[in-house]
Amino acid sequence: MVDALRAYGWIITMWVRSTMAYRASFLMLTFGQFFGTGLDFVTIFIMFVHTDELGGFTLPEVGFIYATSGVAIGMADLLLGSIERIGQRIRDGSVDVMLVRPVSAFVQAAADRFALRRLGRILQSTAVLVWSLTVLDIHWTWDRVLLVPIMLICGTVIFCSVFVLGAAFQFAASDAAQVANAFTYGGNFLTQYPPTIFAKDLIKAATFAIPLAFVNWMPALHILDRADPLGLPKAFQFASPIAAAAITLVAGLAWRAGIRSYRSTGS
Amino acid sequence: MTTTQPHPKTSPLIELSGIAKTFVVRRRVGRLRRTRAEVHAVSDLSFTVSRGEMVGYIGPNGAGKSTTIKMLTGILVPSAGLLRVAGIEPSRERIQLARRIGVVFGQRTTLWWDLPLRDSFGLLRRIYKIPPARYRENLDRFVDLLDLGPLLDVPVRQLSLGQRMRGDITAALLHDPEVLYLDEPTIGLDIVSKARVREFLREVNAGQGTTVLLTTHDLTDIEQLCSRVMVIDHGRLMYDGDLDGLHSLGDSERTLVVDLAEPLPAIEVDGGRVVRVDGPRQWLAFPAAASAAPLVAAIADRYPLADLSIQEPAIEAVIARMYAEGVAS
Repeated sequence: MVDALRAYGWIITMWVRSTMAYRASFLMLTFGQFFGTGLDFVTIFIMFVHTDELGGFTLPEVGFIYATSGVAIGMADLLLGSIERIGQRIRDGSVDVMLVRPVSAFVQAAADRFALRRLGRILQSTAVLVWSLTVLDIHWTWDRVLLVPIMLICGTVIFCSVFVLGAAFQFAASDAAQVANAFTYGGNFLTQYPPTIFAKDLIKAATFAIPLAFVNWMPALHILDRADPLGLPKAFQFASPIAAAAITLVAGLAWRAGIRSYRSTGS
Repeated sequence: MTTTQPHPKTSPLIELSGIAKTFVVRRRVGRLRRTRAEVHAVSDLSFTVSRGEMVGYIGPNGAGKSTTIKMLTGILVPSAGLLRVAGIEPSRERIQLARRIGVVFGQRTTLWWDLPLRDSFGLLRRIYKIPPARYRENLDRFVDLLDLGPLLDVPVRQLSLGQRMRGDITAALLHDPEVLYLDEPTIGLDIVSKARVREFLREVNAGQGTTVLLTTHDLTDIEQLCSRVMVIDHGRLMYDGDLDGLHSLGDSERTLVVDLAEPLPAIEVDGGRVVRVDGPRQWLAFPAAASAAPLVAAIADRYPLADLSIQEPAIEAVIARMYAEGVAS
């Protein structure tokens, strides 16, 4: 485990240094990410010019939900977002190079093409998060204070798992990166808005099928003191760590199955 | 390691017995129906390689060479049979094995494109946990042997193909592997680079005692490097022995290309026969096992010789002849 983390660190350092060979391009891409992802929030802001509430949530509340989702997927994308390139690596044969190194293929695939420019999205979402927290009138209790970092960590873990699931799926269909994107970036879109604006069936799917609701919807309901649109037990609002652990387990098994199938079929 | 090696010095380093690899290919027939077809990439493959050997592994495209290498390195899991490399079952203990083998994929660099060569080596030092003193010693030796000194601080993307191959071979050897697998190490290289790579491999094999298994399409690689050659075709081992034996088995011929000072009728000379004439240029076939020197001397003696070159028989041609002779081991 320690070895794996150290190897991850060494490999991402190589990618960061590779990026710095083109410093101007790096700066432009980082700013691009910052402003590009910021446009999403501008969209939300414009909606609020015409209305005071969205699904019963005010602008700072929607900002809180938007930002927690943004930080979570931003962190996941930074940590192992390029794992979705595994399909391309399968097709060009460079997975073989990973498999002859004394480092787990997962670590190598996670660190592949590590891109520091993805900090742009995290910074932008963090800015919105800080703004929403200063504006929101939250009744801060200990459990609510604790729940904020917990939801950010669990959200990151859940999105990481969704990325890994998408990558594992590409062992079965190596050109399926776009299908995987539907779940990662689609999941990000879903969790940027309050659950109340979506159809109940979609919320159910996001709660029980792919536990995206635990990225931020569920804990945010408690922090913002809102009623659950599905009327689920209160315990769900504290269950993000369990959901994160469950999807991590599934993603881990899927990845192992993917590698195993690659090693028996060679494609 | 769970496996033990009773006689590390005498027991073979690589041991295959009854190895098979079968792929299931799904093919679409009609709109929705699919059929499963089994493709036998490798069937009943058995051989051993001793420590310190340098073996050429040849065969036409799709013969099963890469599949064999992938099983030996632990990338692919065999469908059947027993496989041991350095006492380890590759597919079960891939990571332990990785520390003891080096692999060069000829058409795929493992170096970091945008960083100086030195940085790629530095990463490998960490990943393979090479002791600093050992690393410096190895790097110095390879830099010296392969003349890499001026290239160490150049980004890999600026290196020529031959320079990059030298870098890749060094990268595969920094951790002192017991066995080195090379998949087409000279493909696409110019003659000077090829000669340099061969000289280096000879040195590593002789000096370090590193066991080398290489696949190639260039019989000159085998001729200059390998005392032993294995030929695989359709997933089966067709021949295992020295190169002369292969030539005599396949009754293969080399070609002497002669440029005369002026167009002349076909050359008549003992030990060779003209197979083609094109203006002043003539092609003469002669037995691969025979020396070209007497033939050249005889021609130079009686004809106005301007230039000449020798073409080695293509592996495909040698194997085709083996089939024609009905030879299968």
